[in-house]
Amino acid sequence: MARAPRIMTQAAQAYSFSRRAWLLGAAQAGVGGLLIGRMGWLAIAENEHYNLLSESNRVSMTMIPPRRGWIVDRHGQPIANNRADFRVDVIPDRLEDKDRTLALLRQILALTDEDMARIEADLKKAVGFRPVEIKENIDWDRFAAVQVRQPEMPGVAPTRGFARQYPAGAAVAHLTGYVGAASAEQYKATRDPLYNTPGFKLGKDGLEKTMEPLLRGKAGAKRVEVTARGKLVQELATRPDVPGRTLRLTIDAGLQEYAARRLGTNSGSAVVFDCQTGEMLAMVSMPAYDPNSFSSGISQSEWKMLSEDDHVPLMNKVTQGLYPPGSTVKPMNGLALLAAGVSPDERVFCSGAMRVGTGVFHCHKRGGHGPLDLKNAIMQSCDIYFYEMVRRVGYDRIAPVARALGLGQKFDLPLVTQRYGTVPDSAWKQRKYKTDWKVADSLNASIGQGYVLANPLQLAVMSSRIASGRNLVPTMIRDPFKPRADAMAIDPEHFRIIREAMNGVVNGGGTGGAARMLVPGIGLAAKTGTAQVRRITMAERRSGVLKNGQLPFKLRDHALFVCFAPYDNPRYAAAVVLEHNGHTVRNLDTPMIGRDIMTYLFDRERAMKSLAEVEPTWGGDIRTRMAAQDAAYRAAHAAPATVAEEVDETPATNARAVAAATDATNASAEAIANDVAAGAGPARTGSPEPETDAERRAAPADRDAGPQ
Amino acid sequence: MSGFVPAPVARLPWSVLLLVTAIGGFGLVVLYSAAGGSVRPWVLPQGTRFAVFLIGSIVISRVPMEFWRRYAFWIYGLFLVLLFLVELLGAVRGGSQRWLGFGPIRIQPSEMMKVAIVLAMARFYDMLPAAETRRFQAVWPACVLIGLPAAFVMMQPDLGTGLMICFGGATVMFLAGIPLRLFIGGAVGAALAIPLAVNYVLHDYQRHRVLIFMDPESDPLGTGYHISQSKIAIGSGGLFGKGFMNGTQSHLDYLPEGHTDFVFATMAEEWGLLGGAFLIIAFLLVIRWGINVGVRAEDRFAKLAAAGLATTIFFYMAINLMMVMGLAPVVGIPLPLVSFGGSAQMTVLISLGIMMGIDRSTRCPQRW
Repeated sequence: MARAPRIMTQAAQAYSFSRRAWLLGAAQAGVGGLLIGRMGWLAIAENEHYNLLSESNRVSMTMIPPRRGWIVDRHGQPIANNRADFRVDVIPDRLEDKDRTLALLRQILALTDEDMARIEADLKKAVGFRPVEIKENIDWDRFAAVQVRQPEMPGVAPTRGFARQYPAGAAVAHLTGYVGAASAEQYKATRDPLYNTPGFKLGKDGLEKTMEPLLRGKAGAKRVEVTARGKLVQELATRPDVPGRTLRLTIDAGLQEYAARRLGTNSGSAVVFDCQTGEMLAMVSMPAYDPNSFSSGISQSEWKMLSEDDHVPLMNKVTQGLYPPGSTVKPMNGLALLAAGVSPDERVFCSGAMRVGTGVFHCHKRGGHGPLDLKNAIMQSCDIYFYEMVRRVGYDRIAPVARALGLGQKFDLPLVTQRYGTVPDSAWKQRKYKTDWKVADSLNASIGQGYVLANPLQLAVMSSRIASGRNLVPTMIRDPFKPRADAMAIDPEHFRIIREAMNGVVNGGGTGGAARMLVPGIGLAAKTGTAQVRRITMAERRSGVLKNGQLPFKLRDHALFVCFAPYDNPRYAAAVVLEHNGHTVRNLDTPMIGRDIMTYLFDRERAMKSLAEVEPTWGGDIRTRMAAQDAAYRAAHAAPATVAEEVDETPATNARAVAAATDATNASAEAIANDVAAGAGPARTGSPEPETDAERRAAPADRDAGPQ
Repeated sequence: MSGFVPAPVARLPWSVLLLVTAIGGFGLVVLYSAAGGSVRPWVLPQGTRFAVFLIGSIVISRVPMEFWRRYAFWIYGLFLVLLFLVELLGAVRGGSQRWLGFGPIRIQPSEMMKVAIVLAMARFYDMLPAAETRRFQAVWPACVLIGLPAAFVMMQPDLGTGLMICFGGATVMFLAGIPLRLFIGGAVGAALAIPLAVNYVLHDYQRHRVLIFMDPESDPLGTGYHISQSKIAIGSGGLFGKGFMNGTQSHLDYLPEGHTDFVFATMAEEWGLLGGAFLIIAFLLVIRWGINVGVRAEDRFAKLAAAGLATTIFFYMAINLMMVMGLAPVVGIPLPLVSFGGSAQMTVLISLGIMMGIDRSTRCPQRW
């Protein structure tokens, strides 16, 4: 185009206008084209993307937590099931007047300060339409009250869901564990929206945790069309949840609960096995928490009470408790001695004490047992016999048998934690302490003290393997196709001798006479044991060893017991370990507890009758005693008004209190062992034993043969 | 035309009236859907107003062009005073004020100013001797004419309308033959000034909107929400749309201002690209008609006024559509004839009336 003239004329102006108007029109058409192009880009090229966004605007999806699979016992009786649960949530987006609504809910549902603090905290973290829990486990009246007033409280969602229920309560706590809401960390790790859905619980401990994938099931989804303000327009298709699968255990629920009750006020554990299959029939650790209240989230004060309890209710003593097994290893020692060529008829003279090097090792019977063969040594639990024999063959010949019978072993069980203790030998000591194995070490190990540590599960496995002569593999999950265990590589004749001796413990005038079965014709074979948890100084020995009753709880001896029945054709085997029991109360001591638990398997009614007689003497059944303890604790400690600690972050069996308790136990055991092994310790007390019935009658009151 | 139809009726520019009616009618259909399938609360008042203003527009077309030429400055002055009054009222009452109430009628002087500025500018260049066009005297009075109302409107604060007044005035300057280098220089200057203006001149909420426009996703629930949701509505519409009454973005309230500034998104969701193309093309045809009126006119005032008014309508459409498609910041310019609201409707139809009047005087200059 020619350059416009410098001086405009009217004609030039008109020409310029036309040209510029054309230019303008063209530019406008260009912009129009651009707009259509842009629109085409949005609507055609990116259509899919925006369609998706539009859909996700329109449809809001709420997860329906899947119903958890049941845990049932071997007969199909529920150990953990689901009950209908009424709960109230709020959907933060739809709340119109938060403060008013919360005040109203607080009044209707009787929420505590702790609840309110948690709700406020949750609401701060909450986003969008995802519900926040107000309260679960609401009774029908309150739930109905919320439903009635729902129209004046937009955003409040009363819903029916399912809550985990453990009919036997504390009796199964350490078997099943418990469930709880997912922690913030778990949600962050998975980004699974289900983890954020109120009412969704996952396994926090025990089988609930280890079998989580099987038990969980698949979440359902409720799809609703909502407006931008969260108003529900219509419900779209709802996908139902797929419930988790039922987990069938080998546990006998009745026996489990019976054993839990029978342990009474003890801090202890009991494990029962089927000797034919290796199936676990009961696994009890008491006292325990109530998994029902844990699953609905416990208060800080409850957690504090459980943490402070010196009976360590948070610990699964069956697998986390390590104890010197004491004399319960003597039948195992016997097998090892026989395998090492010791004749069962060879006698050792027990004078009550034995000098080894600079130290004097005592038998629990100060006066001595006189000459004893293997069977009598086991029956009378003579320490001198085992000192002498193990000294002769060396503990390195004993340790492999101990391991073969299950001590120091970890089993393939769906348990959260298993501490597997120690079966010491010279190589182990060299590794751990860089010192040589001494005769004193052998002697200590021979009576299940010193470095030997085992958990009750291992003791029960040992017992079941001795009883069956088979390499039983413990299982907890029912498997009808479980292969029969192979016979152990031990001479069956040796097993027969040892079983005979264990029968003698109970039925032949041995140390376990109190365990004689209540069922006629069924002979219980057993071995008692006591593990000392404190040093006894020379000075104390001179002035008379303190009786357990005089000692503080933490210093009393552990009481242990392994058994099987019937002795001549073993069907069931068990181990009972009572922490700091000290053999102080007969009804609450191992022989009678073991007897009653075994009796239950053969004659349920008789066992129940026995329990009914003794239970009132220690304050009633588990629920009654826990309620009383709770009330007492609450009375002593004013309910804290602080914000609830997020206790569900840590599984109970990982709690600090549990770690502290186990560490303390192990430290004391190790200290005693090292003390004696170093040769500095003056003397051993021998293995303290519960008295036999005969002794109880005959013994003078001032007998100083160790704690009873 | 046949003898059945009276001559004045036959002489009306039927093609453009039909186009405008089609746009307005389509707008009513969209508003009907946006109200959830109801003529209340939007279709009835909007439809009534449309009919009234369309008739008003035909009446205005009978006003001789000489009237507009003679009173262009007076009209401009009147609305400038009203703008000042509005500003004063706002200052007295506190907060911003955009309209003056006369009984039941509310008048937005800033809206009428979009027409007045074009008329005043056209009149100014009409008066200016052709030889002066490339002199400085041709520029500074125009800048004052534009600057005063633009400043008042921006103070309200109403960025969109202020910009439209500037654009309208600048268009007339461009058409009047002001040297191109001034526009190029102006564009460069604006490019440099915008960042400064954003930082120092704009109100906080305006600055916020501009920044959000740069990155809508940075504030998905705040100001960016408008743009994001509007793009979702348009994008999810696809080629044919979700169908009449089936838009979820609008019906479920995800799209804010779905019946006013973002009505195009409401439409696009249900009618798709086809509906959008129809509206854009219809507008472009109306605008092309207006520019052709200017090109056909013999008179300089008529040329400048007609093309300027047509371009004002174009700016309405272009700014609004760029806004809803995420190409421009949210500045609050409605889509005339379609968005619910009388002001833009009135402005456009008055402009149309004036353009039709110019058209008429071009064809038969001797008659009323």
